[in-house]
Amino acid sequence: MKKPNDIIIRSVTKVAVVIILTFAINLFVSGHHFPGGGFIGGLTFAAAIILLFLTFDIETVRKNIPVDFKVLAGVGVLIAVLTGVGGMAFGESFLTQAFGYFELPIFGKTELATAVIFDIGVALAVIGTAITIIMTIGDDR
Amino acid sequence: MTWLHFMIFLPFVFALIVPFIYKRLTPRIHTGWFVLIVPLTIFIFLLMYIPKIAKGAVLTSTVKWIPAYDINFTTYLDGLSLVFGLLIAGIGTLVILYSIFYLSKQREALHNFYVYLLLFMGAMLGLVVSDNYFVLYVFWEITSVSSFLLIAYWYERDRSRYGAQKAMLITVFGGLAMLAGLIMMSIMADTTSIRETLSNIQLIQSHKLFIPAMVLILLGAFTKSAQFPFSIWLPDAMEAPTPISAYLHSATMVKAGIYLVARLTPIFGGTIEWFWLVGGIGIFTLLYGSFNAVKQTDLKALLAYSTISQLGLIMSLLGLGSAALHKDLGVDESALYATAIFAAIFHLVNHSTFKGSLFMVVGIIDHETGTRDLRRLGGLIHLMPVSFTLTVIGGFSMAGLPPFNGFLSKEMFFTAVVNASHMEIFNLQHIGIFLPIIAWVASVFTFIYCMILVFKTFRGKKKVPKLDKEVHEAPIGLLISPIILGTLVVLFFFIPNVVSKYLLKPAFASVLPSLAHTVESKKISAFHGFNTELWMTIGVVALGTILYLLLRKWYKLYRFYPQAITLSNLYNLTLEYTEKLAKSITNFYMTGFLRDYLVYIFGFIIVIIGGSLVLFNGFTFDMTHDSPISIFDIGIVIAMIISSVTVLFSKSRITSIVAVGALGFLVSFFFVLFRAPDLALTQLVVETVTTVLFLLCFYHLPQLKKEISRIRFKAVNAIISIGVGVVVTMVALSANGTHLFASISSYYEDSYKLAGAKNIVNAILVDFRGIDTMLEILVLTVAGLGVYTLIKVRLVGGDKDEETK
Repeated sequence: MKKPNDIIIRSVTKVAVVIILTFAINLFVSGHHFPGGGFIGGLTFAAAIILLFLTFDIETVRKNIPVDFKVLAGVGVLIAVLTGVGGMAFGESFLTQAFGYFELPIFGKTELATAVIFDIGVALAVIGTAITIIMTIGDDR
Repeated sequence: MTWLHFMIFLPFVFALIVPFIYKRLTPRIHTGWFVLIVPLTIFIFLLMYIPKIAKGAVLTSTVKWIPAYDINFTTYLDGLSLVFGLLIAGIGTLVILYSIFYLSKQREALHNFYVYLLLFMGAMLGLVVSDNYFVLYVFWEITSVSSFLLIAYWYERDRSRYGAQKAMLITVFGGLAMLAGLIMMSIMADTTSIRETLSNIQLIQSHKLFIPAMVLILLGAFTKSAQFPFSIWLPDAMEAPTPISAYLHSATMVKAGIYLVARLTPIFGGTIEWFWLVGGIGIFTLLYGSFNAVKQTDLKALLAYSTISQLGLIMSLLGLGSAALHKDLGVDESALYATAIFAAIFHLVNHSTFKGSLFMVVGIIDHETGTRDLRRLGGLIHLMPVSFTLTVIGGFSMAGLPPFNGFLSKEMFFTAVVNASHMEIFNLQHIGIFLPIIAWVASVFTFIYCMILVFKTFRGKKKVPKLDKEVHEAPIGLLISPIILGTLVVLFFFIPNVVSKYLLKPAFASVLPSLAHTVESKKISAFHGFNTELWMTIGVVALGTILYLLLRKWYKLYRFYPQAITLSNLYNLTLEYTEKLAKSITNFYMTGFLRDYLVYIFGFIIVIIGGSLVLFNGFTFDMTHDSPISIFDIGIVIAMIISSVTVLFSKSRITSIVAVGALGFLVSFFFVLFRAPDLALTQLVVETVTTVLFLLCFYHLPQLKKEISRIRFKAVNAIISIGVGVVVTMVALSANGTHLFASISSYYEDSYKLAGAKNIVNAILVDFRGIDTMLEILVLTVAGLGVYTLIKVRLVGGDKDEETK
């Protein structure tokens, strides 16, 4: 990609990325009860990074986020599959999810669900794949 | 879940660990030592069951797999499974021990080798203990796949790849046929369990699918056990390293078919078709294999053909023995014919011992002299005395000579064919006499190739100068395994009744439970008087010796054996022409133009979906429950129409991309209107990301040009696009108006109670239908990797340095 030198987009991006990332995490966490979830959260997260790609150079971003996104996608799929196997260890069928309510120090009574772990897998797979595709195509010349 | 399940999964678990261990261990310790634990554990574990099983106990246990389809991993350990299990684990132990000394830890990719071997071992064990048809089939195919990998272990060699492909194509073809047969079985018996089928035999035998199911299952068994005409893959499979040949192609995998036939004998036995198919093809394979073995000059090829013939022998015994289940027979007669089954099991065990040791010795010869070619070998007797002794033991046992175990089972084989010739069922009155004759002729050939194996290799003039290496006896490590097997060969001759009591009789009882009492008091003795069988053996030795000594005189006869019409040639031609045909068909429709593919896809959608709508009168338009159309809806629809028309007529690419993006964002407005915030969010984000993707690709796309196209081209486009539009609209409207089943949405309404989630959409995604999501992200990831490789691989091809730096 050509190196963009737009001062406006640079200034906006610096703020916007933080907001988008926060929003992404919020979307992910709220998924259980409100609109959101692993897929959208992951995609929003990916969108933030893509914005970085567009504003700065791919190389610069890659240097600052030294993550191999292909591996990230693989890890995501692995997490999702392993949560499924986890259910089997307790004699349930594959991918059975469980949830419960726990008394936690700061949050008070909180619901914890294994589905969240599965969702983390989904999010990671989505982030990894989306960025891998964008990066590969964007990098190609 | 019992210990038995753990034992079957043990090899699979180790297969996962081996690559990591391999990294740590090499080059200090041979990985084999680590792998050796697995079969040894299983072997000892199975040994402990012998007393229980010998008393007639049967161990079953179930692990649920797909209960909804009645597919569960039910283990069923009885006498027959135990014999096979012991062979798999026992010979597996010896083979791995042997491979430690055979395969160099410096040169070979040991982790691959042991991973495949462990996979194979686990699959074989699973196969012989599973009671469920479909679980059995799954293990069956894992053996095919893992043996493919093992045969192609030295994949740089053309012959290895060819042999692996051949074995794979033939056994998988048989496996698929078998799957069809098993499905028929499960339909007929209304169960997927072999054990339950046995209790419903009456129901099955009068069913019209009975014969098709039998033939299809036998196809599977015959291809796996290398029966004529499917035997052609076995000689080519000899390209695998020798430990593999010893394990897969003599002791275990090829016996899977035997196992299946034995296991299903109570179901199909007693019918004329089973008798002739199993017995007839078996005895013909025996003759074919032994006849061809004599002309081989490669030691391993000779052993391969001998394996084919020996498997034919066991198969024919199973076929002859199945006659015992014929309903017109008296108890005494049944017992008489049932001996054949007993002999089959006995010979199976014997064959594994002597053939295993022979393969290992051939491996040693190959290892020490660098050749397996009989024309270059000879006079090794003084250089390799231990190997010579072992070859004599194995070879003479195979030829059916005392004092080796092969003699005992060979005599029982003769007894069985002589009995069968007196059989008055199955139209045997007139042609029954051919059975002993064929068996006898085949035995003469067997005798000859055994003698060739022993004497051509070790006696005669020393041809050492022709060899490249300094020849000496193998190191002790290589010799341990064949020595143990050779000892068993002799031992079984002297204590056959102990073996019989603890292994063979329980196995017999599981094949023919109704006749179990008939072998109760049976004693195996080496000398049974000067009866027909003994005279037959004496005849074999006499004629065999003469023919062996005169080999040079009549060997030329083999030149008349037609080379051009061999089965292997037929196979090659079939493969070649199939490839050509496939290529021409593919070239016909793979034009390389995206537009053509889109025309196919959309054309199919119109024809199949639209066609079935018309054909089955699927139009049901029920607008009564639709919500009223608001002013916003109309506005958005108009905006959408405008943006899609813009795409059609825009002159610049950027306008088109923006218009497509706008279309997507407008769809998400609809979701907002219909109160589906989740969908709206997803649509928005996806749309954003895809628009960015589009813009990225923009860089690569050529400038839009004024399209000058013919009217026909435009007409096709118009028909396709209008057709798709109409069909999709019809489907949407009809789907809304059709209510075939009660809605399942009420179940999900309890999402807070069931999954603790207030957001139904997400509860469905991660909990209720989690497997969909799991597979979706898998597909997504694979697609992502696909894009990556498509683009990067092209780079590697053009400019290597850029990628490898």
